This record gives sequence, structure tokens and C-alpha cells, in this order.
Amino acid sequence: MFNISNETAWCPGCGNFGILEALKNALESLNLPPHKIVISSGIGQAAKTPQYINVNMYNGLHGRSLPAGIAIKLANKDLTVIVESGDGCSYGEGGNHFIHAVRRNLDITHIVHNNQIYGLTKGQASPTTSRMQKTELQFDGVRLRPLNPISLALGLGAGFVARCFSGDKAHLSLVIAEAIKFKGYALIDILQPCPSFNRINTFKWYKDRIYYLPEDYDLTDLSKARVLADEWDDKIPLGIIYKSESLEYISENPILNDNPPIVDLPLNPFDALEFMKDFK
Amino acid sequence: MDYNILIGGAAGQGMDTLGHLIAKALKNLGFYVFLHKDYMSRIRGGHNFVTIRFSVDPIFSHTDELTLIIALNYETAHIHSGKLTESGKIIVVEDGEKINGEYASLVINLPSKEIIQKTGNRRVIGTAALGCALKLFGLPLEPLLNEAKNLFEGQILDANIIAAQEGYNSSEALFNRELPQPWDSIFINGNESIALGAIAAGCKFYSAYPMTPATSIMTYLSKKSKVATILVEQAEDEIAAINMALGASYAGVRAMTGSSGGGFALMVEGVSLAGITETPIVIAISQRPGPATGFPTRTEQGDLGFVIHSGHGEFPRMVIALRHPEDAFYQTVRAFNVAEKYQIPVFLLTDQYLADYTTTVKPFDFSNITIERYLTTEVHISNYLRYAITESGISPRIIPGRITGQIVKLDSDEHDESGHITESAEIRNDMVNKRFRKIEPLYDELIEPEYVGCENPETLLLCWGSTYGPVKEAISDLNLGNHSIGALIFGDIWPLPTKSLNRLAKIARKIINLEQNATGQLAALIKQQSMIACDHSLLKYDGRQWSKDAIIDSLKKEVL
Repeated sequence: MFNISNETAWCPGCGNFGILEALKNALESLNLPPHKIVISSGIGQAAKTPQYINVNMYNGLHGRSLPAGIAIKLANKDLTVIVESGDGCSYGEGGNHFIHAVRRNLDITHIVHNNQIYGLTKGQASPTTSRMQKTELQFDGVRLRPLNPISLALGLGAGFVARCFSGDKAHLSLVIAEAIKFKGYALIDILQPCPSFNRINTFKWYKDRIYYLPEDYDLTDLSKARVLADEWDDKIPLGIIYKSESLEYISENPILNDNPPIVDLPLNPFDALEFMKDFK
Repeated sequence: MDYNILIGGAAGQGMDTLGHLIAKALKNLGFYVFLHKDYMSRIRGGHNFVTIRFSVDPIFSHTDELTLIIALNYETAHIHSGKLTESGKIIVVEDGEKINGEYASLVINLPSKEIIQKTGNRRVIGTAALGCALKLFGLPLEPLLNEAKNLFEGQILDANIIAAQEGYNSSEALFNRELPQPWDSIFINGNESIALGAIAAGCKFYSAYPMTPATSIMTYLSKKSKVATILVEQAEDEIAAINMALGASYAGVRAMTGSSGGGFALMVEGVSLAGITETPIVIAISQRPGPATGFPTRTEQGDLGFVIHSGHGEFPRMVIALRHPEDAFYQTVRAFNVAEKYQIPVFLLTDQYLADYTTTVKPFDFSNITIERYLTTEVHISNYLRYAITESGISPRIIPGRITGQIVKLDSDEHDESGHITESAEIRNDMVNKRFRKIEPLYDELIEPEYVGCENPETLLLCWGSTYGPVKEAISDLNLGNHSIGALIFGDIWPLPTKSLNRLAKIARKIINLEQNATGQLAALIKQQSMIACDHSLLKYDGRQWSKDAIIDSLKKEVL
């Protein structure tokens, strides 16, 4: 249902293939019709994902996938909105939008393909590139500390924070489905090798470190989640790190909550006529 | 005969409230009223003032000459006394000290101490001055008391009413005045007119970041958001604001954003996105003097060239300069229809002067307003193509999620008809040509500039936007003085309508551009678009609007 006959522009071995397949499987499992789903993306190799899947697409500007996706959901709350982009788009160029999207807690799913490098521009540092890692631009190594998206999202009060690996499609698919079902802003940070430009964080590098959170892990334990958010060098936890629903933006806003979707409201110029008495 | 009252003081002394109180009272007596604000970018202190001009005849702008000054501090009397007419007076409300100096004889002393004692409230002294002013003009007090009742309540209202009465009784009628013929009017400013126009046009989404002098559009919409079911979102920055408006528009609602030049500078990548994705959007830009922060609370027409050329790449757009509050209302409605018809960005270019002056106008006529969405009515679509190549260049638009089985692919990359990314040279040419085919019919939509003045003018003034009011009055005065002069005042400015321009340019012996900027941006545009060169420029860029008097003076000195 979600397949589309387009040739992809991704390199062989790219983690994006696995993410695309997991996304399609998640949408199939939720029985969502393609015309009721919108993927808003920015620019970058990850941001091309909606080009290769049969759903509505808003492939906008680099870094701006969140504001567009937020507005699409606000305009039509009946749509399932997924914001999908890379680490550069989501945490770098769009960093301000990321911060405020978490604060807003609107019911959207934010999928970040985090390969810790800039792919499309050929190998410069991303906000998540490891410190002192050498790149195609930072020849002596990156001097900035990497951004920790899990920790940042938790600190901002995000209600759904997950970390996945592009190499495990089955697990990723389940987490994407859970994120879409979650009522509020949901972040999935997906670790993903970039075989062309990231020679440090390879498939094996991730494989050697990842482990799955146990089934009896308490999803609502924020203190534990904050500890897990800092695990990185030797072992990296995968799964839903934190999940706790709180007041969601649409349900809190009477204009959105008490009305049909904004896009379905009838338009009548005479609606403004009574406001003229403000100026009498 | 018209009259002009100035109320001045430090920021925080309530000039705005006082100005509105007396202006509304005068409006309800049937006068034509024009309230103009001059304020500094600060919350307390400094020197701010409002002028309230009123007349029994239609008026369109502020003027410099004053009939009466209400000085909430001595500085006000000192700064403005030179602009008083021969019979002009100054009401000084600050108690304790006496005014010494050349204008001491013009001062009307308000019994401030007694009034403060009687009301137990220092802050009502301005209201007492308004009562005194109405008496000086021999006008009744009731309209002022009615306005106070709309604004205040409880003890504060009581104190204001006592103060107004005391002020009224403290003086005698002094000025000759005519009484107006009452007429049905509203008292509204430019930004409120834009906001009301947006609601009338069915705008359901406004996202913006606060920036003077555009903020009050958002404020009015926010006040009405529940009753008008319009979503007003304060975005984290202007980049988010325009990208939100575009997202909402893609999803099928009429969407708008607004800012001043500095905030709009952050939006221009989004303008370009609207261009390639053919997403309708209305953008209001309320100009203030730049560069950078410039004069935050003052006026300029410095962003015409910037707005016309904003956004990288080439794509069609429309820019409408707003001239007065009625224009602001009707053109905002039109902007939404044009944006959706051609799937282009439409800009409403205003400025601080028009944003903030409040004047009496005929109530807006809603009977001729239509909302035309230009969405495809076809419901049995198979294989929908967002960017279908058509003869008109306009591709059928559907709302995502409405038609089962059909998806809408919007792409900021160059794309094929379905909206998928492409690198094909052939498709690129097809798409650029398709987008620019929309220009031809857009020309047919253009409204020619308004002409004011005598037939076959010897001198032709070219101007645009908010200089409309002062220019219209200046031309009328000059025509009465037997000067052969007229003015073309542009509203639609990009694409530039040239029919009237070409006709009048052949008649006039001298062509002069009058603008509120330092480089003559309209003159440059006209030269580029029509090869007509102006003989002389009258330019003002001190952040204060051209007044009728200044226009007449400059023309007499430099041209006539």
C-alpha cells in the first residue's frame, strides 16, 4: 500500500533503507490509509524518505520540517503527521524548532535519522559527531562537544523519547508504531551508519554497543531515563526510554479541541461583520 | 476649518488612552477624526505624543499646526509651543510649578491640586484636561463621559468622571468651531483593518513573532481567535512563523504571517519555498526605518525593493502597497483570493504610520466580499498530480486527506508533475515556464494607481502606500491655489501597473517622486519597468511621516 516505484538516491549500505522499510511496516500495522498521513521533511539524505513512500509529502526547507509539520497537524488534526529528517536538519539548522516543538507537545511523531555526520554535503560534522572525530572539513577533529538529543528532549519535558537502530527493522517498526499511537510529541532518535562518510560509527561500532531495555523496564521512571540518556561510550540502550502522557496541545486548546479540524470550518465573510462594533 | 490637539508626556503617562478617549468622543459627535502617534521605543520616560486632528470635512492625514496642547509635563509645552496657531493654547496639568517663558501667556491652568484632592487619584488629571479641552471648543461633555464608561469601571470610573466634570467646569468656551453633520463611521487603524480583512477573507491561521509595528495585527486576531475560530500562533522565530503558515496553507487553510523588515529578513527563504512549491500565502510587512534595528517605533518606506526581490531564485509574486485603512481592509481580502487563484505569495506592504494612525472611515462593506478558494471540485481523481502542467500554469489544487487514494506531494526541490524530485533539464524548463505562465493573467488583475489632482497636470507626483493621505490633502490645497499638479498613488506595485503612468507622463512637464526613503525606490522601479525617469525626488527618511504642510513647503521650495 505504501510502496512507490521511485529509484532512491541513497548509497548502497545506507541505514535509510532499513528505516524506510520499518516505517512502511509500522504504517501497515496501524492500518492507516496513505491519504491520511503526511510526512514533513527538510533537506538531506534522510529528508528524501517521503519521496519513496506513498503518503502525502511536504518536503520543505532544510531545518524547517518541524514548523511545517506542526502547522499541518494544527490545520487538520485528523491527519497523522510524521516529521522526518536527519541529525543536521533536526538538531542543527532546526535546533530552535526542536526545542520549541518539545515544549508545545503537539501530537506528532519526530523521526530523526542520526548518522552523526552530514551525508548530502559530503562528510562535515553534524551536531552529534563525536568530539575530536576527524571529518571531511574538521581535519584535526571536531572541537565541539556532541549534542545529546535524548537528554535534551528529556530535559525539555518530552513525553515520548526513544532510541532505535536502523539495523533492527523489526524493533524500529514497533517503536514507530508506538510513537504514532502516543498522544503528544514523540521523538525517535535512530542510530544509523553512514558507510560513505562516517568511518567511526560503523554498523559494527553500533552493534558492539547496543542493548535492549528489558521488558520490565519502567517507562515512566524519569530519573532512570536521564541516567540511560547519558549511556553512550561502552553501551547504548535501545527502546522507549521514557513514556508518559501529559496534556497534549490540541486537547488543551479549545479552538482546536472543540471544533472540527480547522481546514473543515466553513468560511463566511460576514463572520467579521459583528467585529466592526469594536470600532464604533 | 480643522483643529489639532496634541497630548504629550513621558512614556507611561497614558497619552494613548487619553488620545483615544477624546478622539472617540469627537467621532461620536460626528467629526472626521485623525489620531496620529509619535512614540519612542521605551516603556517609561522619554517624550511621546499623540495628535488628534478633527474637522467637519473629510481629512486623511495628520498636520503640523496645533490648536491646543495638553502638556502632561513641561517638556511637552516647551517642545511643541512653536507649532501653535495664533489663537492656540496650552493646558498644563503638572501641578506645583508655574511655567515661565515666552509661551506663559498661552497657558490655561487646570486646578490640578483641587481635582487630585477631590478624586484622591493623581492619574485622572489627564481626563480633567480632556474635559477642559471640550469646554474650550464649546462641545458637550457627555460623549467623553460615555467613552470613559466603556473604558473604566468602579472607583476609577467615578474618579475619571469627577475629573472630567471639574476640568470642563474650570474653563470657558474659547475657540470658534463648526458643528458637524453626524455620519456613520468606524474609528480604526491600518493594522486593525488588515486583521479584520483577514478574518473576513476566511484566514484561519496566523503565525508570527512579535515585532513592532506589525504586532498589533496578531494582537487583534488573538483577541478574536475564539469567536472567529482563527488559530493564532506565536512562533519561536520568524523562520518558524512563515514555515508554519506555509504548512497550514498546504493543509488547506487560508494562512498568513506578518512582521517588519527585520523579521521578514528571516522569512525570505520561506518566500522562495512558497515560490517553487506554489503554496498560497499572504505576508504583511509593516515597514520601519532600517537598516537592522533602525527606529523601531517610527516609519519608513525603505523595503519596497527588498520585498519585490525577496527570496532566492525566480518566481511570480504580487506586492500590494496599502494606502489607508479602507484600502488595508479590502486589499487584505483581495490578497487571499489572488494568492489562492495563482498559488503565489502575496505581500501587503504597510508601515508604522498606517499601522498606528486611527481614523474615521465608512463602515466596511461586506456585501461585495467573496471568498474564492480555487480548489478543484473534482472528486473522482485518479493519480493526482500536484504540479500538473496546464495551459494557464495553474495546477489543480486539492486538500491532503480529503480524497481517498489521492496524495499530495509538495517539494522544495525542482520536481516533476507528481511532486517528486528531479534533475531533468527538460522538466526544469517545463516547470519554470509553467510557473511564469501565471504572470500574464496576473497583469489583468492589476488595479491602476489612484490619481488625485487636476486634469492634464503640469507637475505629476508619483508616490505609493501610506503617503496617500498627506499627498491627497497637499494636492487639493495646491489645486485650490491654482497650481497645476496631480499625483498618482500606487497601491498595486508589483507587478507594476503602467497604463495611467504612461498616459500622464506624456502630459506632465515635470515628474517628481515623493517617498519616505533615502534612495527613491519607486522612482527606480518605474524607470526599470517603464523607462520613465523622474525629474526630481522629494525624499524623507527621518522616521517621521511626510505631512501635508511639509509636502507643500518642499514642492514650493524645490519644484513649483
